[in-house]
Amino acid sequence: MIPEPFEYHSPQSLEEALRLVTEFGEEGKMMAGGHSLLPMMKLRLASPRHVIDLGRLSELRYIRESDGWIEIGALTTHFQIESSSLLREKCPLLPETAREIGDAQVRNLGTLGGSLAHADPAADWPAAILALDAEIRANSAGGERWIAAQDFFVGLMTTALAPGEILTAVRLPPLPRRAGDTYLKLRQPASGFAVVGVGVRLALNEAAHIERVAIGVTGIGPKAYRAAAVERELLGKPPTARRLAEAAARAADGVQTNSDLFASAEYRKHLASVYVRRALELALERANP
Amino acid sequence: MKIRVKINGVTREDDVEPRLLLVHYLRELAGLTGTHIGCETSICGACTVLMNGAAVKSCTVLAVQADGSEITTIEGLSGRNGQLHPLQQGFWEEHGLQCGYCTPGMILAAHQLLSRNPHPSRAEIRKALEGNLCRCTGYQHIVKAVEWAAEKVRAQAEHA
Repeated sequence: MIPEPFEYHSPQSLEEALRLVTEFGEEGKMMAGGHSLLPMMKLRLASPRHVIDLGRLSELRYIRESDGWIEIGALTTHFQIESSSLLREKCPLLPETAREIGDAQVRNLGTLGGSLAHADPAADWPAAILALDAEIRANSAGGERWIAAQDFFVGLMTTALAPGEILTAVRLPPLPRRAGDTYLKLRQPASGFAVVGVGVRLALNEAAHIERVAIGVTGIGPKAYRAAAVERELLGKPPTARRLAEAAARAADGVQTNSDLFASAEYRKHLASVYVRRALELALERANP
Repeated sequence: MKIRVKINGVTREDDVEPRLLLVHYLRELAGLTGTHIGCETSICGACTVLMNGAAVKSCTVLAVQADGSEITTIEGLSGRNGQLHPLQQGFWEEHGLQCGYCTPGMILAAHQLLSRNPHPSRAEIRKALEGNLCRCTGYQHIVKAVEWAAEKVRAQAEHA
């Protein structure tokens, strides 16, 4: 399993990377940790003429707080997120998601930005990013823009990134008071990808009613989505067990559901409602210390 | 493309094709065949080596990505006089292998675990080895082998 020949480029700065991305256009492919791209190149599902390795741009490897946001550089590895004490305290959903990705070796090299840009329909990060109302930064020769997570995933392995743009960072609000978040997943036992993965962030108001809830779901359809029907049922209401369960039953409403040998569409819909309910229950427990 | 890699303490320079995988580089150019090729799809972990101390699946890394890095393979674990590393001893003592194909990868993944967590529980050992498949012994003896090694490393540290 050897990829087709290609030319390798290893830019040392973001400016150089942007120049190469523009220069090679359709013939170039960006690589971060390589754990989505290289398997595809070995199977020759992808055969780019030019590989632009962003792996040396250490300026894009960081986790920090600024202006009330938590900002994570695109090249931050799954392991760095899994082991971040800042995130464990201020956004436990992210380390919980990281821990569920692949295995220890994959988490050492795979990156947040690489996974998001790849937009695999069974990847974990998209559900987490949706549940956090995160924003994704895209840099181009012309400047930078922030894209809301809800607008980022366009379709099967397709994102809102335009040609010539590089995903450089993700930012998200830290956990507010009286709020809880979590990520729960059923792993495909062979591949480790999500049969279903659910990220939830839930906040209560003074009256202990649900003030805000965001639910990201992956593995079910062609792209990760917000379970808007469930959120609508819950907003402003007291979070009784029965209400959570009834709302969660709508987890796959209106979604075109994947079906494969391991899980039929019907089973996936069922899993979606079960995992959304469990994730809501756990997030609620954490919101009520 | 010219690359410079320090493998088991020895620096070498080679001119490689960009598409050359690290596992092929280690086996065919460096002659270190202790790193095994299993599934070639980053599932089985037989090709696990340490790159700058972190366990990676060398079938899913380009040799050019390893330029400037330090690599440790199974050949680099034993002492200069051939003395086995505690993990190697543990796999011997606890019968952590039958055919041995997965063993180098198991040992290097376990090496990373012990460097991050010297006192792992059984559950933590299993979690750390989830990226390594064994198709003959099963995992009981492998987990025991890692426990044996952890104990040995602790005893050595106390002794020192």
